[in-house]
Amino acid sequence: MYKNERSCPLTQQQIIACDFLAIRARVLDVAAFLDRLERSVERNAEGDFRVVTLQQAFQYLATGGSGRVQTIQMLFSDPTTEPLLQLDQKSAYGAFDPREVRQ
Amino acid sequence: MKYIDLHAHMASRTTDDYEQMALTGCIAVTEPAFWAGFDLHSSLAFEDYFHRLTKFEPERAARYGIHHYCWLCLNPKEGENRTLARQVLDLIPRFLDCPNVLGIGEIGLNRITRNEIATFVDHVELALCYNQLIHIHTPHLEDKYKGTKVIVDILSSQSHLDRKHVIIDHAEEHTLGMILDGGFWAGLTLYPQTKTSLARAVDMIEMYGSERLCVASACDWGPSLPTAIPHFVLEMRRRGHAEDTIHTIVYDNPLAFLGQSSKCCLTSDSTAAIWEGLSNAY
Repeated sequence: MYKNERSCPLTQQQIIACDFLAIRARVLDVAAFLDRLERSVERNAEGDFRVVTLQQAFQYLATGGSGRVQTIQMLFSDPTTEPLLQLDQKSAYGAFDPREVRQ
Repeated sequence: MKYIDLHAHMASRTTDDYEQMALTGCIAVTEPAFWAGFDLHSSLAFEDYFHRLTKFEPERAARYGIHHYCWLCLNPKEGENRTLARQVLDLIPRFLDCPNVLGIGEIGLNRITRNEIATFVDHVELALCYNQLIHIHTPHLEDKYKGTKVIVDILSSQSHLDRKHVIIDHAEEHTLGMILDGGFWAGLTLYPQTKTSLARAVDMIEMYGSERLCVASACDWGPSLPTAIPHFVLEMRRRGHAEDTIHTIVYDNPLAFLGQSSKCCLTSDSTAAIWEGLSNAY
């Protein structure tokens, strides 16, 4: 593997001083997004694969160690290897829909 | 700090953006052919587009002292249409002698279909036939890992391909290692929303080093920032990285890659010549 795990030149306290407020705001945005889903006028996305994958990603955020980004990137990724027989749509969803494998 | 933006779709940007890029140190852009947000329906439309990339955009950039280079192809979003792909592949050689054409790109995959793969392979073979550099688009979001792996596998099977002639763009945390391990150049594209942020790009450079790595704005018709590279420079400085390291990533590296084409000439004389070469074309 090419990766060499070089360190960030900033101390942990410097990283917190630089980034904490921006990250705090993003966490609140995530919480507000989930609350908004709960408050929605119509509950028509139960088990939506994108939200399910997000919830799985939250589990990894709470774990220790490094490599969270890579783990979560793979969580969102299509794990299959075979090409599609033909184009199904132009754009991606942002998360892999497991139903594609079952079909 | 002077910089080169290796991936900028200036055809979808205003002249004000050229000015902002020039004011923030940009001395050259390379513009890959791309998807306009809607499908082009004939090779004539591509011919017009290639004229724009080889004639009009260099002129527009020159008014701000910026060298404009480009890459030609039928982009991955339209790669499913094999008939159109063959017509565009026939058209491309007519433009390869233009002084600002550096190679074939941005080719690659979108949803990773059989037809997209066939179109991608045709473009790679065209590049090899005409000894061109290659600029590669990797799919976004959930398709990125699979698409990058397919692309790396296809390129690795091309025995006549010099991997240093290829840059694989839109790398992220889960694909950067396989690109660099494969001996290719890698590009990180900086987006204000939805994809790689400035902070994550710097994280990746801290983890993988600066060898064979470039950054670019990938500015186009969607949410994007033509001055993303100066913002990246600021983020690198904020993290305490040395000026030499930053210069390597935003200038020396893209120049090393592009300089493999004899058409890429970024000397002080060539910059002076930009102003002298302006016409009254528009």
